[in-house]
Amino acid sequence: MISSTSETILLIQDLHASVEDQQILHGVNLIVKEGEIHAIMGRNGSGKSTLSKVIAGHPSYNVLSGSIQFKGTNILELAPEERARIGIFLGFQYPVEIPGVSNLEFLRVATNARRKELLKSELDTFEFEDLVKERLKIVEMDPAFLERSVNEGFSGGEKKRNEILQMALLEPAISILDETDSGLDIDALRIVASGINKLSKPNSATILITHYQRLLNEITPDFVHIMADGQIIKTGNKDLAVELEKSGYDFIDKNTEDKEIAK
Amino acid sequence: MTQTNTVEEIVSQPYKYGFITDIETEKIPKGLNADVIRLISAKKNEPEFLLKFRLRAYEQWLKMNEPDWSGLTYSKVDYQDLVYYAAPKQDVKKKSLDEVDPKLLETFDKLGIPLSEQKRLTNVAVDAVFDSVSIATTYKEKLAEYGVIFCSISEAISEYPHLIEKYMGTVVPINDNFFAALNSAVFSDGSFVYIPKGVECPMELSSYFRINSGDTGQFERTLIIAEESSSVSYLEGCTAPMFDTNTLHAAVVELVALDNASIKYSTVQNWYAGNEEGVGGIYNFVTKRGECRGKKSKISWSQVETGSAITWKYPSCVLQGDNSIGEFYSIALTNNHQKADTGTKMIHIGKNTKSKIVSKGISAGKSKNSYRGLVSISSNAEGSRNYSQCDSMLIGDKASANTYPYIQSKQPQSNIEHEASTCRISEDQLFYLQSRGIDFEESVSMLISGFCTDVFNELPMEFASEADKLLALKLEGSVG
Repeated sequence: MISSTSETILLIQDLHASVEDQQILHGVNLIVKEGEIHAIMGRNGSGKSTLSKVIAGHPSYNVLSGSIQFKGTNILELAPEERARIGIFLGFQYPVEIPGVSNLEFLRVATNARRKELLKSELDTFEFEDLVKERLKIVEMDPAFLERSVNEGFSGGEKKRNEILQMALLEPAISILDETDSGLDIDALRIVASGINKLSKPNSATILITHYQRLLNEITPDFVHIMADGQIIKTGNKDLAVELEKSGYDFIDKNTEDKEIAK
Repeated sequence: MTQTNTVEEIVSQPYKYGFITDIETEKIPKGLNADVIRLISAKKNEPEFLLKFRLRAYEQWLKMNEPDWSGLTYSKVDYQDLVYYAAPKQDVKKKSLDEVDPKLLETFDKLGIPLSEQKRLTNVAVDAVFDSVSIATTYKEKLAEYGVIFCSISEAISEYPHLIEKYMGTVVPINDNFFAALNSAVFSDGSFVYIPKGVECPMELSSYFRINSGDTGQFERTLIIAEESSSVSYLEGCTAPMFDTNTLHAAVVELVALDNASIKYSTVQNWYAGNEEGVGGIYNFVTKRGECRGKKSKISWSQVETGSAITWKYPSCVLQGDNSIGEFYSIALTNNHQKADTGTKMIHIGKNTKSKIVSKGISAGKSKNSYRGLVSISSNAEGSRNYSQCDSMLIGDKASANTYPYIQSKQPQSNIEHEASTCRISEDQLFYLQSRGIDFEESVSMLISGFCTDVFNELPMEFASEADKLLALKLEGSVG
């Protein structure tokens, strides 16, 4: 499915970034092309979540050097909302609750912001309801969720499904899903994974950030990257994740040590 | 620029109603004494009882001191340097709108309150008050078909003196407090509403207060009477031009609800708040009180307070009738140097009386925003309940929010609940909305609307979206 002529969606070069004056990323390089699914694995604190926040433009994170290009355009100067509108989607590990703001209205405003960017007509309340009801099926969500406040009182699994619902509505070019599998029971995991699979398109790409192989049993990645100390230290295919699950991160440490000794 | 600075910029936007109408005004000379009161009363052709009422109030006022317990600081008002009566020059109150000075109609048009027959709001009757006088009341005839009286208080004084004599000053006595006494002595105009027995008022009633003169004190008087088993929903709106001096606005509002009657009183207050340095703006020192005199009666206050240099008011309910209900829903947004000390008093006297308080304070800039409230349950009020919820949101690190809930209960069989919270606009919530493509400004506005949603839900439908827009306007940034 992947051909060498596929367009590059995301190009990250030698990215260094910090949060609260502490440097977390020490030179990340990554190329993601259309149609690809990447998995990024690594220990807690290795910089996976930081990388996702930096790509989405979280104001607390500072880029020290390096570049991030989306379809050939430098995005480092863009505000988070501008990045979202051109098609970068971050699925949050811990989606926040926003009391008093109706989920339906929030989804509609977000969808219309994206549609405006794509030069599509904005949807009124009725048109949007038709669209959202259809997309709800992808994540097997009850329409009652639309009437509630954004994520308020949602269970962990419901919050993650609401994230995938947003992905389904925004139709991003690249989705970065930060530990979407964490805290999900086996049924919720299956629903979320099947949603992600249904939403994969030949002209879009997905980055799954995860600790565990179990999500990758449901979604087959084209590439698996291992992060440690703010760098991608190893890249392989899906077998790398299997290996990792079997031998733990020590196996990586050992490999890296070997490499350093060889140097 | 930090995120917080940007949020602060968003909440500071220029006042859109600051224009002055160039119109010839008849003013009496500055200063206050018994002769000035006689002059005001004479100008309005008032009956003797009312002049006596005013003079009694004036005598009481002379004996009173300006209160200072609120912790609000402001340059004291020189009561001899104010004009107590100002009216746009037109002989008497006009019988029809065609005779009203077009400049006045234009002013209200500009404020979004069209009065002329073609343009006026459907299903909302409006009493438009300009400085000291009411200039027009719409839909009077239609309301009269239902026996509903909606007119200026001046007209009510001459047309329905028995109702005025019976009710005025019975909810807020003339010596209730310093500003109420002053108002009782010199009040100029305001609105009067009477809903007869068993009538559900067929449309929303609304008064719109416009201050135009700079050195004129504003003393409106509003009286609403809901007879047995009647109901009414009333809304007041307020704006004023920008002056660099402070204008005093000391209104009195009295509500009376008899058996099974219900009054819903909503306020959208957007008086000029002064400039960024805190120069100018309205002193909004208002006494509002409702009495649930009858059993199973209900009074509900909702207010959206965004303007005024200083807001100092506590719309209250005296729950006299058994099983009566009092409610208070408030949003107070302060910015720059604004100060607000507002809340409510729920006085439970009757048995099984219920009250509910929901207050949302948002403070930005260097403003101070306090909730002050009293829940008092008398020894006879068995089975009474109160629920209070006071939430504050701080924007930036120079604003302050305080909550002073006073609770007095002499009745062991009562139930009082109080919840309070303080939060900041959370960076994580903002980022979440932005990361879905929603503008920074719209995100802030969504979060604030979300914070206020419990109160918006209580506003009359016609005005809920207006109020939301007003907040959004107040929050609109200089960019985009």
